[in-house]
Amino acid sequence: MTKVVDRSPLNFYEKTYLPALVEGFKVTARHFVRTVKGENTATDLGDGYYPEVPWRVNEGYRGAPYLVRDQEGSTKCVSCQLCEFICPPKAIKITPPGPEGQGADRPNAEKMPREFEINMLRCIFCGLCQEVCPEEAIFLQQHYSLSGLSREEMVYNKEKLLKLGGVHAGIQKWKHKLEEAREQESFPVQVD
Amino acid sequence: MPQFTDLLFYAFAGLTLLFGFLCVANPLSRNPVTSAMFLVLTIISMAGLFVLLHAFFLAAVQILVYAGAVMVLFLFVIMLLDLKEEDRRKLNKTAVGLGSLAVLGLAGVLVRAMLAAKPVIAAGSKPVEGSTKELGRILFESYLLPFEILSILLLVAMVGVILLSKKDLK
Amino acid sequence: MLENILSDPSVQFFLFSAAKIAVVFGVVMTFVAYAVLVERKVSAAIQDRVGPNRTAPPLALKIPVLGRLLQRWGMFQPMADGLKFILKEDFTPAYVRTIYFWLAPAISVIPAFLTLAVIPFGSNLGQQKMVIADLNVGILYTFGIVSLGVYGIVLAGWSSNSKYPFLGGIRSSAQMISYEIAMGMSVVSLFLISGDLNLSKLVEWQANHGWLVFYQPVSFVIFLVAAFAETNRLPFDLPESETELVGGYHTEYSSMKFALFFLGEYANMIASSAMMVTLFFGGWSLPFLGKPAESLLGGLIHIGIFIAKMIVLMIVFIWVRWMLPRFRYDQLMDLGWRRFIPLALANIVATALGVALFNR
Repeated sequence: MTKVVDRSPLNFYEKTYLPALVEGFKVTARHFVRTVKGENTATDLGDGYYPEVPWRVNEGYRGAPYLVRDQEGSTKCVSCQLCEFICPPKAIKITPPGPEGQGADRPNAEKMPREFEINMLRCIFCGLCQEVCPEEAIFLQQHYSLSGLSREEMVYNKEKLLKLGGVHAGIQKWKHKLEEAREQESFPVQVD
Repeated sequence: MPQFTDLLFYAFAGLTLLFGFLCVANPLSRNPVTSAMFLVLTIISMAGLFVLLHAFFLAAVQILVYAGAVMVLFLFVIMLLDLKEEDRRKLNKTAVGLGSLAVLGLAGVLVRAMLAAKPVIAAGSKPVEGSTKELGRILFESYLLPFEILSILLLVAMVGVILLSKKDLK
Repeated sequence: MLENILSDPSVQFFLFSAAKIAVVFGVVMTFVAYAVLVERKVSAAIQDRVGPNRTAPPLALKIPVLGRLLQRWGMFQPMADGLKFILKEDFTPAYVRTIYFWLAPAISVIPAFLTLAVIPFGSNLGQQKMVIADLNVGILYTFGIVSLGVYGIVLAGWSSNSKYPFLGGIRSSAQMISYEIAMGMSVVSLFLISGDLNLSKLVEWQANHGWLVFYQPVSFVIFLVAAFAETNRLPFDLPESETELVGGYHTEYSSMKFALFFLGEYANMIASSAMMVTLFFGGWSLPFLGKPAESLLGGLIHIGIFIAKMIVLMIVFIWVRWMLPRFRYDQLMDLGWRRFIPLALANIVATALGVALFNR
């Protein structure tokens, strides 16, 4: 159903700005009284305000991207550099291990990054890195207020990112792949 | 304290002359905005002279009308036209000669007139208070016709400007 | 010797005037600082926030209950703000016209303070009249000085040599000139009734006959709206409108120079509130406190009444900011030229007729 907005010309009473003034006063006074009485969402937390009591973000909130470990505690990132290429503000910098470099710390991967840096001053929390990651190794997590005393401090390295990201046991890509593969093998193929 | 008012008179008169000079022939800057600002200062120091003559109404109107409205419009136009700094023109010798001759002649006439004039207010009498009430009475009783003619003149000028600035007349 | 000099009336006049100027200046500066705080707190409350509530100097929190309370009310915030303005980097961009860039903030502040000179903020304190300069053309003086306030903004816009400040400056000069006319015309009718341009006399007239706002509600409305336009407050803050002109005429300013513009805006608010109290709300008088004070206490009460009325009007200024959206430029001009000026003229004619009919 289309909604038709009434755009009839203003009548004289409306042209005097009086209704606008009255309505404006009503709205502002309502909010003012509510806040002064302490009935607002802003004071609803009860035990304090923002810096001391951080804002509770909802589930599914997408804040800063961090690297995650799998259920066995090994690095999921395989240094494919897709996130580095897709990153719109060029915040991610990956140093691959190179041909003679150290291998991955898990059996079903070839390599892992020697260094993985996200410059949080550049990052825009867009989530493209999470979307593009084939290994499901990087996730936008709940942190939203990052601060530091220097620019260098705001470049998060691999160690820090892994520590902040924690273990992401819910998504176990390789386990599921294995199960799928087994199912494929034992799938009863009916040939007529 | 008569000495103090005398001092103030010389201060304001000096400032008026100084700012007036800087308005037309500023040796440091050829910027039109600077000239306009010095004209504002000239007007304000002239208002100071009016105050010393106890003509408070005139002083206030001087600032209100000239400094507050007319000069703002001047400034407005200067800024909108974005006038560049004027080049220093070469001095035309005949023009300078004739100009200074004219100035000297005019100054001579003025000085002679001032020397010849008798003081209107006898010394010791009460200074004339230029109060607003009396001014209004004079304007609207003795000089009503000239006053109204002047206002019609201004109205005509205003209508004329509107007529000229309208591109398409309906 | 010293007594001789002190008993000289002109020396006394000089000393008392100097003292009054110092006190008024100090009070107004404090008012500006705390008006900013009130503005922040009221705005916060209207927008469901809490406002400044955590600034406190080192030892203030040691005071048992009061310290915490003052901190929660943000009473120390103005000090921190002032300190911050002084300590910030004073940056002058390379492309500005330096002399005017430095002059403009000062030019915009000075008129705001000068207008306060003619406002009678009390009746008597001892033998002294509580007004700095009891001019016979008080209101004309005020309008003259107010009209000079435009220069600060225009010069700031022009000297910044960049497009947004320039547009802000141009807008402000057009706006201020337009609304000055409406404002000036709105007060003519007041003086038709009272018969004197002196503001002290006007207050005395109101003390005897009742507040002029009841005689002249139309001119009060015009004056109020024009005052909003003259002080560049919302809904008429087109010269600085953040959403379209970045910061308007003070885009290029920083540190103390910016603070001076800020100071000028609030001082203007205070001056116009004081003006409205004097013109329409009976100045220092209340309906039952109309006689000029004879005792010291009475004089202080009158000053208190004046300040209280002024604060109420200041809160109106602050509150209206959140009630109405910003006007469009053509709407602003339309309101000024095609509504208020004819209305003010009609009001003058009507009042003149009324005075002619009833004062016979």
